[in-house]
Amino acid sequence: MIEVIDAERCTACDICVSVCPTNVFDKTDGIPIIARQGDCQTCFLCELYCPEDALFVSPFADAPQAVDVAALKEATLLGSYRRAVGWVEESRHLRAADRSYRLFGH
Amino acid sequence: MTNLPGRAEKLSSSAGSVVFDADVLVLGGGPAGTWAAISAAEHGARVVLADKGFCGTSGATAAAGTGVWYVDPAPERREAAMASREKLGGHLQDRRWMARVLDRTYAQSNQLADWGYPYPADDDGRPQRNSLQGPEYMRLMRKRTKQAGVTILDHSPALELLVDGNGVVAGAAGLRRQKGDRWAVNAKAVVIATGGCAFLSKTLGSNVLTGDGYLLAAEAGAEFTSMEFSNAYAISPAFGSVTKTLFYSWASFTDEQGSVIPGASSKGGRSVIARALGKGPVYAQLDQADAETQRHMRVSQPNFFLPFDRTGIDPFTQRFPVTLRLEGTVRGTGGLRIIDDSCATTVPGLYAAGDAATRELICGGFTGGGSHNAAWAMSSGYWAGHGAAEFARQLGTTVGREAFRRGTVGLRSSNGRALQGGALVRSVQDEVFPYELNYFREAGRLGGSLGRLDALWTDASNADVPDEQELLRGREAAAMLATARWMYRSALARQESRGMHRRDDYPEQDDRHLHLVTSGGLDDVWTSARPLASAQYSEAAE
Ligand SMILES: Cc1cc2nc3c(=O)[nH]c(=O)nc-3n(C[C@H](O)[C@H](O)[C@H](O)COP(=O)(O)OP(=O)(O)OC[C@H]3O[C@@H](n4cnc5c(N)ncnc54)[C@H](O)[C@@H]3O)c2cc1C
Ligand code: SF4
Ligand code: SF4
Repeated sequence: MIEVIDAERCTACDICVSVCPTNVFDKTDGIPIIARQGDCQTCFLCELYCPEDALFVSPFADAPQAVDVAALKEATLLGSYRRAVGWVEESRHLRAADRSYRLFGH
Repeated sequence: MTNLPGRAEKLSSSAGSVVFDADVLVLGGGPAGTWAAISAAEHGARVVLADKGFCGTSGATAAAGTGVWYVDPAPERREAAMASREKLGGHLQDRRWMARVLDRTYAQSNQLADWGYPYPADDDGRPQRNSLQGPEYMRLMRKRTKQAGVTILDHSPALELLVDGNGVVAGAAGLRRQKGDRWAVNAKAVVIATGGCAFLSKTLGSNVLTGDGYLLAAEAGAEFTSMEFSNAYAISPAFGSVTKTLFYSWASFTDEQGSVIPGASSKGGRSVIARALGKGPVYAQLDQADAETQRHMRVSQPNFFLPFDRTGIDPFTQRFPVTLRLEGTVRGTGGLRIIDDSCATTVPGLYAAGDAATRELICGGFTGGGSHNAAWAMSSGYWAGHGAAEFARQLGTTVGREAFRRGTVGLRSSNGRALQGGALVRSVQDEVFPYELNYFREAGRLGGSLGRLDALWTDASNADVPDEQELLRGREAAAMLATARWMYRSALARQESRGMHRRDDYPEQDDRHLHLVTSGGLDDVWTSARPLASAQYSEAAE
């Protein structure tokens, strides 16, 4: 489930509020809030659309987890999914790196 | 608001609601809905697309990504592709539909390449088009939908259909949940592309898929088919949501003590995993993937690795607990019955595409996940959009046409207490999640479940309208409940095992049941047997 909006990085662009399919976030006068954590479907898509790598979705789908933001930053886990799909400049080549055709029919 | 020529028109925006006028209204903005909207617009219609979530991230494909049934047009390749799953599907498929879906998928995929989808090329430089990355694909589809002049309403779940005095569909109405008001669209034709029903099981990307389109179509009189093929369960790490199953073909499955579970496997041995989970925890380890395969896996499905990388598990060298999450009709094949090549339903003016429609035509009773569903979504979306645009054109002017709201449960005031969506969701899940009820079916247990589900339906029908904040969950719960009842009635009717439908009391496939099961109804759920198209042709030739 979504666990963190990092206040240090978030620029209050509200993209996450728009793109979350299950409407988990609410706009505020400042940075958005996680208003309905229990509705999070752990799809990781808000992370892909956050331009600041300010969000962290824990992989535990059924229960909230305490997370340590400093440690996540240390382990460069914030934004790791975005880099893995090639949605940042440095890893653009990964957008066309799909090798599924080598794996189908196993 | 100024309207571009050919755009759907915003009629009024009185306090609390906004009204649009369109030729075609598409409900749902996954692959099926976006292809339908683009196709309708290309055929000259003014189109509105309303999605419960955000068109581009919402639905099973956006989060998961899909293999695609993309096959070279060489006749021997096509023949092999069609033949390969006929047995698994229980011989319920229709060759004519398979051939047209293969043709259409080939065309749509090549269209995606022209639009700039970054398909990979193999070592010889040949493009490879049998897989789509979900976020990438659906971001592109949103862009193309907008460029086609379609008006997109995000966070705008449909609640009910509008129907005219002759029973012809005339639009739909719903909520704008981030604006706190309502929408209505007067349209000449409607495409239902709201996906399947995964019962809020948290299988990847699917919690928006609660069968809403089934319920509102049924309220207008639509029929269903193959609803017994609705018990797809997918493997995921026990704690996680990532139900991507391809890589489990390289896994070994073990019990608590670390002993290999005989017969357990992702393909052909998933029921063994279900039975083992009934006794205790089951573990997987992808120990059969060599280093090169591991590298291919990483770049092909980055989402598969999120649960592992974020918990410090190496899935290739360490065992991790797994579970099976219900995916219902999302990777099942049941859905709205379509009656012609344009994906029309039995209700005039109403079309169905993607997982909202049946996939029996190309999958029979075996899962359409893995390649067929994605091919079906793009093909049926294309046809339904075209069909709806044509229906709208022929209907001509509808000025002055009266439209009536067809919604039932949760939308009509009564003296009872308000519909309790959250509680109803849990009651339905208790009937559809357990392996001993749904994975392994049996007349007594199905009958028991149906008794409880019917009682829940009676209660829900007598309930009052919930608060605005609870209304969507209430309608979702009602849709899940209705879906469960079509599922289990159809499962009772099929007194054999075929495709994914397994009966403990009828463990064999029985060719007296080589037919399709139609279902429908809300207060009174019914089923009936329908001959296969191939049987109809041979009868006609006699
Ligand atoms: C984990 C996973 C992996 C899969 N892998 C494969 C694969 O490899 N190959 C394959 O062929 N298939 C696969 N599938 C199946 C495939 O994803 C679906 O068949 C496909 O997404 C269907 O497209 P769709 O447009 O019909 O539905 P979806 O993509 O599910 O989209 C439905 C849309 O309807 C919207 N909606 C729902 N209710 C309403 C409402 N009331 N009002 C308005 N909008 C609404 C939703 O928000 C959503 O955007 C997989 C499914 C899952 C869950
Ligand atoms: S998308 Fe990222 S930067 Fe924008 S509001 Fe959300 S968390 Fe903040
Ligand atoms: S993981 Fe998915 S459901 Fe959860 S907050 Fe992010 S976008 Fe929303």
